Amino acid sequence: MSAFRTECGGRVDRSRKLHFSFDGDEFEGLAGDTLASALLANGIHLAGRSFKYHRPRGIVTAGAEEPNALVAVWRDAARYTPNLRATQVELYEGLSAESQNRWPSLGFDLGRLNDWLSPLFPAGFYYKTFMWPRAAWAAIYEPMIRAAAGLGRAPALPDPDRYENRFAHCDVLVVGSGPAGLAAALAAADSGARVVLCDEQGELGGSLLGEVQARIDGVEAADWLARSVAVLIRHPRVRLLSRTTAFGYFPHNAIGLNERLSDHLADAPVGQLRERLWQFRAREVVLATGAIERPLVFPGNDRPGIMLAGAARTYLRRYGVRAGSRAVVVTSNDSAYQAALELREAGIEIAAIADLRERADGALPRAAKSAGIEVIESAVVHGTRGGLRVRGVELGGRTLDCDLVLMSGGFTPSVHLFSQSRGTLKWDEASNAFLPASKAERTHSAGSCRGITGLVDVLQDGLAAGAAAAAACGFESTIHRFEVSGGDNAVASRADTSRDHPAMPGAKAFVDFQNDVTAKDLALAAREGFRSIEHVKRYTTVGMATDQGKTSNLNALGIVAGQLGKKLPDVGLTTFRMPYTPVTFGALAGVARGELFDPVRKTPMHEWAAEHGAVFEDVGLWKRARYFPRSGEDMHAAVARECLAVRSACGIFDASTLGKVAVVGPDAAEFLNRLYINNWSNLAVGRARYGILLREDGFIYDDGVIARTAANHFHVTTTTGGAARVLNMMEDYRQTEWPELAVWLTSVTEQWAVIAVQGPHARRVLAPLVTDIDISPTGLPHMGVAQGRICGAPMMLFRVSFSGELGYEINVPTDCSRAVWQAVHEAGVAHGITPYGTETMHVLRAEKGYIIVGQDTDGTVTPDDAGLSWAIGRGKADFVGKRSLERAAMKSPHRKQLVGLCTLEFRTVLEEGAQLVAAAGLRPPMKSIGHVTSSYFSASLGHSVALAMIAGGRARGGQTLYVPMPEGDMAVQVTSPVFYDPEGARLHA
Amino acid sequence: MLLIDCPWCGKRPELEFSYGGQAHLARPSRPAELDDQQWVEYLYLRANPRGPHAERWRHARGCGRFFNALRDTTTDQFAATYKIGEQPPA
Repeated sequence: MSAFRTECGGRVDRSRKLHFSFDGDEFEGLAGDTLASALLANGIHLAGRSFKYHRPRGIVTAGAEEPNALVAVWRDAARYTPNLRATQVELYEGLSAESQNRWPSLGFDLGRLNDWLSPLFPAGFYYKTFMWPRAAWAAIYEPMIRAAAGLGRAPALPDPDRYENRFAHCDVLVVGSGPAGLAAALAAADSGARVVLCDEQGELGGSLLGEVQARIDGVEAADWLARSVAVLIRHPRVRLLSRTTAFGYFPHNAIGLNERLSDHLADAPVGQLRERLWQFRAREVVLATGAIERPLVFPGNDRPGIMLAGAARTYLRRYGVRAGSRAVVVTSNDSAYQAALELREAGIEIAAIADLRERADGALPRAAKSAGIEVIESAVVHGTRGGLRVRGVELGGRTLDCDLVLMSGGFTPSVHLFSQSRGTLKWDEASNAFLPASKAERTHSAGSCRGITGLVDVLQDGLAAGAAAAAACGFESTIHRFEVSGGDNAVASRADTSRDHPAMPGAKAFVDFQNDVTAKDLALAAREGFRSIEHVKRYTTVGMATDQGKTSNLNALGIVAGQLGKKLPDVGLTTFRMPYTPVTFGALAGVARGELFDPVRKTPMHEWAAEHGAVFEDVGLWKRARYFPRSGEDMHAAVARECLAVRSACGIFDASTLGKVAVVGPDAAEFLNRLYINNWSNLAVGRARYGILLREDGFIYDDGVIARTAANHFHVTTTTGGAARVLNMMEDYRQTEWPELAVWLTSVTEQWAVIAVQGPHARRVLAPLVTDIDISPTGLPHMGVAQGRICGAPMMLFRVSFSGELGYEINVPTDCSRAVWQAVHEAGVAHGITPYGTETMHVLRAEKGYIIVGQDTDGTVTPDDAGLSWAIGRGKADFVGKRSLERAAMKSPHRKQLVGLCTLEFRTVLEEGAQLVAAAGLRPPMKSIGHVTSSYFSASLGHSVALAMIAGGRARGGQTLYVPMPEGDMAVQVTSPVFYDPEGARLHA
Repeated sequence: MLLIDCPWCGKRPELEFSYGGQAHLARPSRPAELDDQQWVEYLYLRANPRGPHAERWRHARGCGRFFNALRDTTTDQFAATYKIGEQPPA
């Protein structure tokens, strides 16, 4: 056993030795150790390098607030977790950890150069240095700085583990299982309330885990803890969650918990869940989150071997580890004396206690003095000595040799969650800390997180908070008090952190260890005119590291207040944000990854398309067949073939994704009149019309064919992407503006599958399959709708065309649609039927100048801009958007209007989104007069076609404009947007 | 995540709802009779209070109904939720 492990005591299991490695070296620890306690037991303090200056750093704390000892734990290439706090990593057999931010090794790190170059890196250096020569910033400085930035590295392979996300409810949620939280949970459980108690550590108990002197209810604290936990475990209405961090407090008492289930296991069973994200909704919350000891800011306060006094005490009491052999204690309050006395009893020599206060005359200082420990009052630390480990402290002209420095600047209550809940904080002179003041949620702070000290008072405070929380839920607790004797009682003494420490030349006094922010940096920020603490924070990056300034924020505040000549509470606090400690992406994502990241919507014809070689594209959540390449074809060849087939013979297209809304009721026509720009009263049953929907601001929102299938029944189609939002808009007007209309809206998007058959042979293909409908040119003319059967299946047949050819859209119930599709395809083979996809559909419609909402329109396009003012119902007094169209700006002839473009070089296909200018040879900045919205090569026409929105475009017919591109100006001619069959003869065939 | 009391379904998590903007803005019955300034005020001008705010929500992934709510924008606490057509509680 190492000299640093005590012979007995602590909660480690001395019969179970565990082997682990750190940076490749093999070590031994005990079951119950953390990585930090195991390293200390092996005499190792050096655990990492600082972020900016690469200074050697040691373990400072024993908990979640650790700023220095960030390590990566390696299980395999996919299970590599960076930036873990060694103080929270539970040891297991075979654990393999490595330090970060060093190269080539932790002991010899070339990045240390930064420390000697530190005059180049003052606060806000990226705004000041590296400014010359100007060109070097982008070429040299920025890439270098970016390469140096970042902490730890990401695993190289996808995460193979399972995570889950769970919602849950309870009456009382208690955060923290130290004495206050445990007492609160016992009281609330006793009342009969449904209770959840969570704690970030593997073992419940908090500070009780290191309590060796107190007796509670007649038994030793450890036994009382075991008994209390056993009561809670057996209680049917209590859930205990260890290794579970409450990382965020959200509105209405929603608490985010991150439970870690397998990271402490040497071998997790196959399929074991790794982490669980709980979203708890608690009627009442008890926050028993404890307090964090503050470091002191003195020159050279960051050497390995310098740690918080309370942490050293925890390592001794809980883990049986001596953090060193000879210690100097630097303190501004009495609590460190307790640590000094206990450490001395365990065999650590105390060289001296340097007290920054003028007088140290409390009970504990007196006890230390009478035990023969040298106490130096009004102490001033001038610096420390040592390289990879502290060797001495410079104190009033003396150098005190040591291998351990314990510091204590008082305690900062952990108000993170309370503050996240929007509770306000108030500065408390007596405890020298910010404490919870007025609350915004149904929450109760208990114990040292609200400045209560001493075991008796903390237990009592927890009991009261638990009972109050239960009472607020209608339950009554019968536990009224615990009997406590001995133990750590009220070391509450005022910590004086305002003392100035004259620095040795070159010595840095660190405030934020993780981000390497010194007292000098903060003073510089104040001198440069930063007044708001939020600005100082962003400028110096104090408190912005992964520890979010748990140990540094209050010291920074004190220094800034001193510099500005203000009182500390007048400087204000920076905002507390979730997460309290980092949460993995795995836990946040839960099962929503890979195939489950987003639902996939497939049409009933999807498998047929896949079997026939379709290439799919994502349209919203839908998978749509984009084209059907034959062997050797690229997209252009396939699309050209499909286009020619539709124009010369016949094509079959899956349009099932179209949004469909059944608008039904006596007022259905009136409802659509008020919403759409068109007139619907005069639409006969059995007829369809192209409808346009505006927003109230007059701009096109959606479009689609609307059919009247009965006097009181309209079948409204929407764009694929617009289905949900159009229905939402319809419901909005129906429910809130026109509740008097008798009309009902039902989404039938997934009830009807749509098979489009387009092309001159379409009628010949369908004729033998359709029954009960006369599909002759006069029986079912263009824009006619009829109900009948196809292959025996019920059908709504639309004679509509989005291709410019004779076309039908077969609407059949989803269940039988694939069979119908196959029957149509088989019947069409003799007529040259060709399946085509969305890419071909786009080309065909662009050749006809048909717009696609969202591609050719962008939310600033009126019907007239798109050349669609013919659709506005004549004589309508009102419709959604009509009043906006009356504004002068909406009628300006200079608005962008839809036109066609032909490139003078006929094969050139313009870039969609390309800008248009009026003359050739212009240099930026030049005025854009429009942009290309759609652009394709038209196989049918033998040249490229494009649609564009151009200012005053319709009056520019025949003009030559230019598209400036990197390779030169491209000349284009403005044309009509209808390139193919402008008379529409083919539609009416 | 807010806990929202749908007047039709009871308390449900915010996930089930979509936001609907300021409440009690009736669409003018004869927009054509408004001058441009009046129409623009209806169309674009919205209250942005610090404190109680009457707003609309839709229980989009529940009963589908729009309803009104009185929410304090600084604390996110709801003073009331009430049906469309009803006046906010005093």
